Amino acid sequence: MNNLMMCVFFTVLALPVQAGSRVLATGGATTIEGSAGGGIVPWAVINGYGSDDEWSVQAFGSRVGVDDFTLHSAGVGLSFDNRWELSYARQQFKLDTIGGQLRQDIVGVKYRLAGQLLYTSLPQISLGLQYKRHLDFELPSLVGAYSRSGVDLYLAASKVWLDAIAGRNLLLNGTIRATQANQTGLLGFGNTDQQRHQLMFEGSAALLLTHNLAVGVEFRQKPNRLAFADEQHWRDVFVAWFVNANLSVTAAYVDLGDIAGLPSQQGWYLSLEGSW
Amino acid sequence: MKSLLILLSMALLLVACNQTPKPNLYQQLGEEAGITALTDHLLHQIEHDPLIVHHFRDTDIPRFRRLLIEQLCELSGGPCVYSGATMEESHTGLNLNTRDFDRLVNHLISAMQQQGIPYGAQNQLLALLAPMYPEVIGR
Repeated sequence: MNNLMMCVFFTVLALPVQAGSRVLATGGATTIEGSAGGGIVPWAVINGYGSDDEWSVQAFGSRVGVDDFTLHSAGVGLSFDNRWELSYARQQFKLDTIGGQLRQDIVGVKYRLAGQLLYTSLPQISLGLQYKRHLDFELPSLVGAYSRSGVDLYLAASKVWLDAIAGRNLLLNGTIRATQANQTGLLGFGNTDQQRHQLMFEGSAALLLTHNLAVGVEFRQKPNRLAFADEQHWRDVFVAWFVNANLSVTAAYVDLGDIAGLPSQQGWYLSLEGSW
Repeated sequence: MKSLLILLSMALLLVACNQTPKPNLYQQLGEEAGITALTDHLLHQIEHDPLIVHHFRDTDIPRFRRLLIEQLCELSGGPCVYSGATMEESHTGLNLNTRDFDRLVNHLISAMQQQGIPYGAQNQLLALLAPMYPEVIGR
């Protein structure tokens, strides 16, 4: 996983090529699930900088280290026409205190339904789907999870207000997600009594301090279906640096609440993304 | 409560009177000279962009330059009156897409950066131009 990140980093440095026609930072960052957005919330933005009739590819690697767990996430994406976004991510969740690891694969599709992030009074609105498949389902199954795979469906609306606060541009995003996932799927999907999708709200706000530096906050509501331990909402405070259209770095302080009975999981998130 | 409100409004009034008037956008863009230089920067960028320069094949460039300066001057609160056609009229038949618009915005941003226009003023100008998107695209 670290090798992949290094590979992304050096390839990006070696290829300072035109990535697309869109304005810097309008592709957002890449979430731990591989979809463009913040760090934990998918936005309506399409990853990369491709505009009409343009395509782009992305690669990302991220690490979240909280008190008793470490999540490594890495993946690739392909965007076309500022309309379609395809993504693949592999997550590796290390149980540092308990021992062992949980892995899942996430394949994502996003389609922009309407709006242009910067230009239209209507927010940019996108519909997304994430198919998740667990690779180490024995443990989630032991704590009551029903299924090793699941589908998240989300509707996201994002808009940038130019010159909103002290001459700075403000991005607001709201996402509604239908999900069966326990801890985003890392603890499997549904429980033995209930497999129906539940609606969750997720939100982000980001202020661009300069054309390439953003600070923001995120919130992700989570279901709480496994009886063995409470699952809590996630939140973070982030800073994202868009070095150029080919490279961005995001750092965040995250609060993931209780996970698998271990209380108050907080720590640091770092993500590196390349786009061509 | 009422006296608190009076006190507060007096304080606000004092703060407001104490401040030197904030330069308006026209002044922050460098008035006529700044807007002329910005327009020339932008035209230079367009000229060197093979993906959009063909849209200007049949354009009378000196006239386009004069009208753009007028428009930016009026938009930013300067002492000008834009004498050109509406945005819908002037873009009809060009069949511009979002990529053309995106590229123009990037050229404008880069021109403003090169000219050292304050970030807040850059965003003010973009906020005035962005709503023109639906009047310009797909005509």
